Amino acid sequence: MALQAVAFYLFALVAVVAALLVVFARNPVHSVLWLILTFFSAAGLFVLMGAEFLAMLLVIVYVGAVMVLFLFVVMMLDVDFAALRGRVAEYFPLGALIGVILLVQFVMGFGAWSEGVAQRAAAATPTPADLPNAHAIGMVLYTQYVYAFQAAGLVLLVAMIGAIALTLRHREGIKRQDPLAQIHRTREEAMELVDAKPGEGLQETRS
Amino acid sequence: MEVGLWSGYVWPGLVILGQTLLLTIVLLIALAFLLYMDRKVWAAVQIRRGPNVVGPFGLLQSFADFLKFVLKEIVVPAGADKPIFLLAPLLSFIFALIAWAVIPFNLGWVISDLNVGVLYVLAISSLGVYGIIMGGWASNSKYPFLGSMRSAAQMVSYEVSIGFVIVCVLLMVGSLNMTDIVMAQQGFGLMGWFFWKQPVMFVVFFISALAETNRPPFDLPEAESELVAGYQVEYSSTPYLLFMVGEYLNIVLMCAMTSILFLGGWLSPIPGLPHGVLWMAGKMVFVFFMFAMVKAIVPRYRYDQLMRLGWKIFLPLSLAFVVLTAGFMKTFDIQPWTMSDEAREIGRAVEVSHGR
Repeated sequence: MALQAVAFYLFALVAVVAALLVVFARNPVHSVLWLILTFFSAAGLFVLMGAEFLAMLLVIVYVGAVMVLFLFVVMMLDVDFAALRGRVAEYFPLGALIGVILLVQFVMGFGAWSEGVAQRAAAATPTPADLPNAHAIGMVLYTQYVYAFQAAGLVLLVAMIGAIALTLRHREGIKRQDPLAQIHRTREEAMELVDAKPGEGLQETRS
Repeated sequence: MEVGLWSGYVWPGLVILGQTLLLTIVLLIALAFLLYMDRKVWAAVQIRRGPNVVGPFGLLQSFADFLKFVLKEIVVPAGADKPIFLLAPLLSFIFALIAWAVIPFNLGWVISDLNVGVLYVLAISSLGVYGIIMGGWASNSKYPFLGSMRSAAQMVSYEVSIGFVIVCVLLMVGSLNMTDIVMAQQGFGLMGWFFWKQPVMFVVFFISALAETNRPPFDLPEAESELVAGYQVEYSSTPYLLFMVGEYLNIVLMCAMTSILFLGGWLSPIPGLPHGVLWMAGKMVFVFFMFAMVKAIVPRYRYDQLMRLGWKIFLPLSLAFVVLTAGFMKTFDIQPWTMSDEAREIGRAVEVSHGR
């Protein structure tokens, strides 16, 4: 399939170039935008592999929600980049170490993958050919992997509650809006008609 | 390779190109008149005449506006990040346009009958926020930045409840395909529509669609009384036009989604009358009319009220309805539409083996 090959190389090239630009861009906001393009190209690669459901989830969750918040934070930060760049040498050994470890992992992973052609062919295909892959994922996710799925949900819930618990603070002495109280306020309890006599004015009002 | 270059690649490519061009042109021309309708409805509610100078009854007003936009000078602020400043309106226009690829206007009248059509629309409409954020940031000015902040928070919040509303519908359909969703609403005329099965979710979806498209009463990102025009402050000429057309395309897309999800798409509301694209168009115009009326009648929300509505009312409500719908279907053993005999008859069923 020539067209598929062309599409693959296009997406792959864009993904790699954009990923490089994430690192090399001078402006952090540009970095985040390149990262978004990387995710988007990865989603395109997923579609090419026939995993359109995963691709859409990647776009909705990462590109549509997570990266928006990321972009937010980076835009609001006031970072001095000249100062940061000056300290590159300080962090270089650590970064190089992580890079080397990642590279070794990739090489080993690729080696094992290219060795195991026979095992991969023998493994059960997770997707029946005639089933849309959203259905196929649903069928294993809610049966075979239901405990792992529930556990992942719980982890996210704990993280969410943790984030709220860390940032929530009740301040004393501020006026809080109570929408229900506002709606159920009636004219009788909110205002009072006073007959002000000429020459006397308002002596006192009951409150 | 068994297929020739012409029949394998060039001809299908040309067909897709033709379909895309046709859809784009029809959409943009329809948009010109919808804009006119919007202004006329708004004027009628306020007992004004509205646009009535250019062309008969002012029908050509949108085209005159278009020419004016295109012929003006593009002003780029000195402190702006120029590439991103110009990219932002383009992005918001393109994202608004490509979502239409999966919208079916009639049985088979769709550019891409994607298996995950609904998710695709959700994904693309969640990308629309980037145009606004990038525009607001690249303008390098306070009001646009504030506007884009508001907009991003607002769109991310309301996407959540839109997602759950869609899940409610999908539970009854059993497929993410747009055509399946419409076909599942067949029945005695308009009685088969999901509007009757999920009236509460219809209301939630309608209001969330208003918020998602920055439409009044939720147009906080461009609130002219406080932010001048939000993220659009620094834009002029064609970039502004692209922003505006993108926004209106998103609004019309939400009209199309409402009519597909709840109003039966191209299905005829009266039993006996043929189904067809005219019903779809009619329903979209009807939903758009409701959007216009809301804009004319309802005053703008305050920002904290908007957030309260999204997170404290719509999110729990739509979550509860997902549980309710699923529980109802489980209790009374109702199969989703794609597992019914009716779906099997027209070959749109999904066969799921339960032999495990």
